[in-house]
Amino acid sequence: MDKIRYNKYRQFKEFAIRHIMLFLTLLSLTFAIVIGISLYYKSIPILDQQSIWELLSGRSWKPLKGEFGFFPFIMGTLWVTGIAIVISLPLCLLSAIYLSEYAHPYIKKIVFPMIDVLAGIPPVVYGVWGILVVVPFISAELAPHFVEFSTGYSVLAGGIVLAIMIIPLMISVFIEIFDALPGGLREASLSLGATQWQTIKKVVVRKSFSGIAAAVVLAISRAFGETIAVLMVCGNVSEVPKSVFDPAYPLPALLANNYGEMMSIPMYDAALMLSALLLFVIILAFNAISRLVLIRIERNFAL
Amino acid sequence: MMAATLAIVVSLFMIIVAVVKRGLPAMSWDMVSKIPGGGFYIGKEGGLLNAIIGSLYIVLGSITLGLSFSLPIVLYINLYLPEKSRLAQFTRLSFDVLFGIPSIVYGAFGFTIMVYLGLRSSLLAGILTVTMLIIPILIRSIDEVVRRVPKEMKDAALSLGATRSETIRVILRQVVPGIITAVLLSVGRGIGDAASVLFTAGYTDSIPTSLSQPVATLPLAIFFQLSSPIAEVQDRAYAAALILTFIVLILSLAGRYYSRKYSKNKI
Repeated sequence: MDKIRYNKYRQFKEFAIRHIMLFLTLLSLTFAIVIGISLYYKSIPILDQQSIWELLSGRSWKPLKGEFGFFPFIMGTLWVTGIAIVISLPLCLLSAIYLSEYAHPYIKKIVFPMIDVLAGIPPVVYGVWGILVVVPFISAELAPHFVEFSTGYSVLAGGIVLAIMIIPLMISVFIEIFDALPGGLREASLSLGATQWQTIKKVVVRKSFSGIAAAVVLAISRAFGETIAVLMVCGNVSEVPKSVFDPAYPLPALLANNYGEMMSIPMYDAALMLSALLLFVIILAFNAISRLVLIRIERNFAL
Repeated sequence: MMAATLAIVVSLFMIIVAVVKRGLPAMSWDMVSKIPGGGFYIGKEGGLLNAIIGSLYIVLGSITLGLSFSLPIVLYINLYLPEKSRLAQFTRLSFDVLFGIPSIVYGAFGFTIMVYLGLRSSLLAGILTVTMLIIPILIRSIDEVVRRVPKEMKDAALSLGATRSETIRVILRQVVPGIITAVLLSVGRGIGDAASVLFTAGYTDSIPTSLSQPVATLPLAIFFQLSSPIAEVQDRAYAAALILTFIVLILSLAGRYYSRKYSKNKI
């Protein structure tokens, strides 16, 4: 008798735990949808007033007059992200090839922890580094060669800081992709008399091209959303930058800088929430695409 | 190629050297043991105790909350669902994607919820936002270790008559080091993130005594005080940067140590 009750208790416990866990899992899946909907809901007022195209292509940002043009901010984001990718892509690709194809295991043992540390450094500390080192360097050493005057708080400073920030992500995905490549492919190429560099160029890189593209998209979306570090070094002037020494005002920085005053001006909060929604949708799409590509690669090579 | 690798390593050292060089002269015992006197933006006296304690509160709260959400999810997709379950794969994918969502979006989302509920910026709102930020990290890295637990272990427990929920105890014991690593990783991310607490936690000179009061955090201590025109206040920002870097370095080393000590196939 006692035993049966005990079993009933266990079965009930099993039932309860299973359903609580299922509920939490399903709940977590709705999370992204909830974020999207609530940001959209908050930005409805401004979308009712102006078309999305008008908002995205408008050049003038004067909240007091009710003018909300996102174009300068979008251009600012694109410039900074572009520079970051241009700087970090070759660095990461070459180092990842070196680390996964050439390097001695003990070099990996030294370098991998360092990349980990680099990944762990908070954005705001990157910003401090930018202010202490990158900005003065640009204004004192680099800019005088090209333009008459630059404060150093510029697109270039933002790009350099961002480039360093996305290195850990890019390198680790690259290495993962290269390591997932079956060793037989390399051996086949080497046994046909190709040198190691030829093998890397014609086999390793070509075979993992879609993965490299996915990693770059992942890095772009990381750079898109990076806020504090960029905000600290970019100068934050809401004009379309004309050169890399001009200040810029990326989208996340706009959001972070103005939340304090946005409640007092009509439509301001809707406009800012729209910028959050834009970031969310773009980054969600980029991430989903590149993750799907990476999953497919993993599955194909695992066979 | 070696030059590229070297460049990356050198830039890491440049960052640390710059932060230490500027932060070390600003460090003192007062910095870590006193709250700022006369306002964090203009007051010359005092230190960072408000931000240090605030960051600890936020991180402790969100780790506790985060674990109580992410552990059941990870265990469910690994123990209850069949190996190639669509739901499990979709869950993994969705957390991979959520991992990439920038913290400022979580901050903005947290802010809309706060406005909706009529809350003001507070410790509670800060904890909730940071929890959203770290759940994907916790789930991804705990899932990685739970997935590697040999299937035989689960089968053995089941064949001895354990229910599925009772096998959890067996599996959990195996993955404790993995959970610790995941926690260290997310502490690092949570403690250093400024954009998520900017909207939600606010900033204050004092140490909060309840969940509804605003709270100072280390990253915001850097961000706000750096823009002050007063040199002493800027010193506080650089000291905070040094403290934060130091914490992150320790966490990273500890995480490495744990994962190397307890797992065989890690580089």
